[in-house]
Amino acid sequence: MKLRKAAAFAALFLMLAPSFAPLARAERLVTSLSTHRVLISSNFTGTSLVLFAAIEESDAPRDKPKKYDIAITVRGPAATFVTRKKDRILGLWVNYESRRYPETPSYLAVLTNRAPSEFGPLDLQAKYKIGLAYAALPPTILADEEFGQALLRVKKAEGLFYEETNAVTFLTPTLFRATVPIPGTAPTGSYEIDVHVFSNGVLAAQQTTAIEVVKTGFEAFVAHSAREARLDYGLGVAFLAFIVGTLAGLIFRRN
Amino acid sequence: MSIYLPIAELPVNILLIFGLGIAVGFISGMFGVGGGFLMTPMLILVGIPPAVAVASVPSHIAASSITSVLSYWRKKLVDSGLGLVLLSGGMLGTAAGVWIFSLLRRLGQLDLIINLSYIVLLSAIGALMIVESVRALLRSMHGQQPVLRRPGTHAWFHGLPLKFRFRQSRIYVSAIPVTVIGFGVGLLGALMGIGGGFLLVPALIYLLRVPTAVAVGTAQFLTLFTMLAATILHAVENRSVDVVLAFTLMIGGVIGAQSGARAGQAIRAEQLRFLLGILIFAVAARVGIDLLTKPLELFSVISEAGG
Repeated sequence: MKLRKAAAFAALFLMLAPSFAPLARAERLVTSLSTHRVLISSNFTGTSLVLFAAIEESDAPRDKPKKYDIAITVRGPAATFVTRKKDRILGLWVNYESRRYPETPSYLAVLTNRAPSEFGPLDLQAKYKIGLAYAALPPTILADEEFGQALLRVKKAEGLFYEETNAVTFLTPTLFRATVPIPGTAPTGSYEIDVHVFSNGVLAAQQTTAIEVVKTGFEAFVAHSAREARLDYGLGVAFLAFIVGTLAGLIFRRN
Repeated sequence: MSIYLPIAELPVNILLIFGLGIAVGFISGMFGVGGGFLMTPMLILVGIPPAVAVASVPSHIAASSITSVLSYWRKKLVDSGLGLVLLSGGMLGTAAGVWIFSLLRRLGQLDLIINLSYIVLLSAIGALMIVESVRALLRSMHGQQPVLRRPGTHAWFHGLPLKFRFRQSRIYVSAIPVTVIGFGVGLLGALMGIGGGFLLVPALIYLLRVPTAVAVGTAQFLTLFTMLAATILHAVENRSVDVVLAFTLMIGGVIGAQSGARAGQAIRAEQLRFLLGILIFAVAARVGIDLLTKPLELFSVISEAGG
């Protein structure tokens, strides 16, 4: 009974603890993106997104300027992924075990100015979800070395997961720039961009913004028809096949 | 030169896709097979999501087969009566195949079943065709007449009722075995995600003793209708037919099919069967080697939403 009471107090204290911490957010972050809409047309092979940001320090000017660490996390629309592992059964390599990963970003980029492990305390990465593994992967992936790491590896090879530890460039001590690559295979939808600014391992400022990746023109029309007018679309493609085949037969006809 | 595929949602090299269309179209026109058993795996290899590849290939096959059907039709090498009886069985078989397909997917290991049926079926048919055509070639080398039709030899199914005379094929058989063949081809085709022409041509030649050229023309006729139906079904059921991919493949396909059909008619029937046998056997071997060797990456990641 006593033990339970003590535990309850400890829990209460832990819940209140953050409010006792000194308020570190004296800085304000102003960001600007090169675009808020990435348009996909027939010649789209991927693009890149440039982010500029300035840190505004409201404190009285110091002799020694503060040093900042930046982490930019870009998350594409969430999807459910299944990781399968092949095993040898009766001499044949077949899919055997699998793990399901719901609510996983279909695109993920983590850009920092140096390795996030050098930012400060050990728990910083887990707390603010900094770094590819921590960023958006549910705890199950972190807990599962083999399948979770395989997911990261495969997605990285596809260019859909991206991690760069020297991708944030400081133009002045308080002004920085980063380039986010958007590959041609990037899924359409809303992308959330999270910018964290740390100073001496403490969160100094944070801002969230978003961009949209959308199809435009003919691509948008095709995607819309395939989704909304399924039968007409199917009949249309079948008719197209019929016309192409018949025309070719007439053109190539030689008696 | 890249073009963005709106349904597959990725950019591809249009010349590569066009080239694939021509190459598979040529083979398709030459042998009277749909070419799905070649095209679908190749597109997946290029990086097209399997769902989009499986759904977009049928329209390419349909376009190629129309061109071929027109060409064979003019030469009176399409037995439309035989084709329609096969089609009635084929439609039932396709429905049954789709049902078994979803049943296997629920049980898991659909990939394994598909791969194993590829190996068993393709290597058996390939080997059969190679052996038979080599025999025929040897016979003709020794100056003997090829004996394809042996009057008086009757298989058991020749005793069945509902007999029809199929003029172009010069056969007089019951509609029952014809429907059963159509059913089997439709079933296996839907199950393995292919047109099934490479099953139908040997079945017509060896079981029903239809002359090779008519077998090829009639198989194209049947393939045309099943593939048009498959395109519409995939668009309605899976929404993964990519019209840009399909159109690029079609244009390449009809060009390839045209020259393929001409090449096929210039080659002796035994040689044609020998080449097709080798091709089918090679695909089976490829699938077999893939299953037997340890892959570089043991893990694969798929999106559950289908794409």
